[in-house]
Amino acid sequence: MRLVTAIIKPFLLTEVQEALKVAGVVGMTVSEAQGFGRQRGHTEVYRGAEYRVDFVPKARVEVVCEDDEVDHVVDAIEAAARTGKIGDGKIWVVPVEQLVRVRTGERGRAAL
Amino acid sequence: MLSGSVPKGVLLRYNAGDTAWVLVSAALVLFMTPGLALFYGGMVRRKHVLAMLMQNFVAMAVVGLAWVWLSYSLAFGPDVGGGLLGDLHFFALSHISQAVPGMAHQTVPQVAFVVFQMMFAVITAALLTGSAADRLKFGAFVVFVLVWSVVVYAPMAHWVFSPEGWLARRGVEDFAGGTVVEITSGVSGAALALALGRRRGWPHELMRPHNVPLTVLGAGILWFGWFGFNAGSALSAGGAGNAFVNTNTATAAALLAWVLVEKLRTGKPTTLGAASGAVAGAVAITPACGFVNTVGATVIGLVAGGLCALAVSLKFKLGVDDSLDVLAVHGVGGFVGTLMVGLFGTAAVGGANGLFYGGGAGLLGHQALAVGVAVGWAFLATSAVAWGVRAVMGLRVSPEAEVAGLDIALHEETAYDFEALAPGGFGSSIGSRH
Repeated sequence: MRLVTAIIKPFLLTEVQEALKVAGVVGMTVSEAQGFGRQRGHTEVYRGAEYRVDFVPKARVEVVCEDDEVDHVVDAIEAAARTGKIGDGKIWVVPVEQLVRVRTGERGRAAL
Repeated sequence: MLSGSVPKGVLLRYNAGDTAWVLVSAALVLFMTPGLALFYGGMVRRKHVLAMLMQNFVAMAVVGLAWVWLSYSLAFGPDVGGGLLGDLHFFALSHISQAVPGMAHQTVPQVAFVVFQMMFAVITAALLTGSAADRLKFGAFVVFVLVWSVVVYAPMAHWVFSPEGWLARRGVEDFAGGTVVEITSGVSGAALALALGRRRGWPHELMRPHNVPLTVLGAGILWFGWFGFNAGSALSAGGAGNAFVNTNTATAAALLAWVLVEKLRTGKPTTLGAASGAVAGAVAITPACGFVNTVGATVIGLVAGGLCALAVSLKFKLGVDDSLDVLAVHGVGGFVGTLMVGLFGTAAVGGANGLFYGGGAGLLGHQALAVGVAVGWAFLATSAVAWGVRAVMGLRVSPEAEVAGLDIALHEETAYDFEALAPGGFGSSIGSRH
């Protein structure tokens, strides 16, 4: 099993959610995040004083899936989250050692 | 009210319309202080907003009580010392059915004048909270603002607002408080900021406003209340129209001027700039609203909006943490309005003719004197009070309290509980009553 984590532009969250649904993903976790990459932060000006805001608001999407589904899931997120402009985000994949469905106690793939 | 201690016949000279207008104006001006609290509260960081609202709200109580007991009499009581101070004739509002000294022609009862002027004392003191944001101890604020309203504000009000005051007798024209309220608060704020020292992390740390919508709402309330402040100062319903219209004209012009300066300097007009510009314009027209025509009001607004928008950057050069720019907005706006009465004052509206209306430079000279006196008095007297309170009880919260936020440290409260607002929020279950 793999954990796919995607940092995306918040306004594209609905598109990514739809794309994952079409790709057959049945569960996901979403959270608000802040950070910066090559886009860096931005500048805000209050009464003439410039403030450097380093962290840009982003949405974080997390999906656990089968090993053979990973490319499919990553492609779906990538296509839905891309605008071609700087700040579109990142996707990374890591192996998952164990997965538990809390309600039933099922382990591993059965808990997906 | 046809009984009581009022002598027969006295009521006849009172005008019902004038009295009603002054009483309504008093309520309008009272409302400016909670408006100011929101204006300032939105500009501070989230962890300090309640402390800011609290100081403003408490100023309404402390200064309101001091006024009826003592400071009204010092400001408007029969003069002692050649125009320097009123005596204690009106202590605790005794003898209040008499006429205000020097204002025998007034058509409103003195007690209505008392409460109208009270609200000026309240908001002038409340304005200082903007300079002292995020680091002043609550107890020290209460003591400071009480002493300040008696020792600094009341004499200044006597000199300019009482017809027996020495500046008023010299021919200084200040319709609603360009010197007494605006310059006094702006310069006093800077003096208090100096006595307090800078906020931790200023000017390097990010200290952006936490809630600009609150600030805009506050500015709107100030604009609304300013009609009472300025047009109420006519002390007559029939004579209030010019001041009312001029207040709106200058406020509108300054709003646009401030935003235009921003557009040219940094490329974007800001909401905070629009709110600040409106306040700067209302400030500047305050001394002038009953003495200038539409040309004067518009020019005063444009100049004030533009200059104040530039003046907010001065504190970084001076290294003085006048946190919410009381000096740059109220001080500079007050200078502009008070001096420009000497240029644009016209007898066709009221008062004497200024330089541009054939009156020569005489009025401008009086106005410059008033500006100089207000600056000098506000700085010296406020410094004395602030450093005195600092020596006796300290002014600043501890570094820990400043970092944690004054809301928790001084009041054990939190302004916003966002977790409880989220769907299925668990914020409310984190703590428990005990």
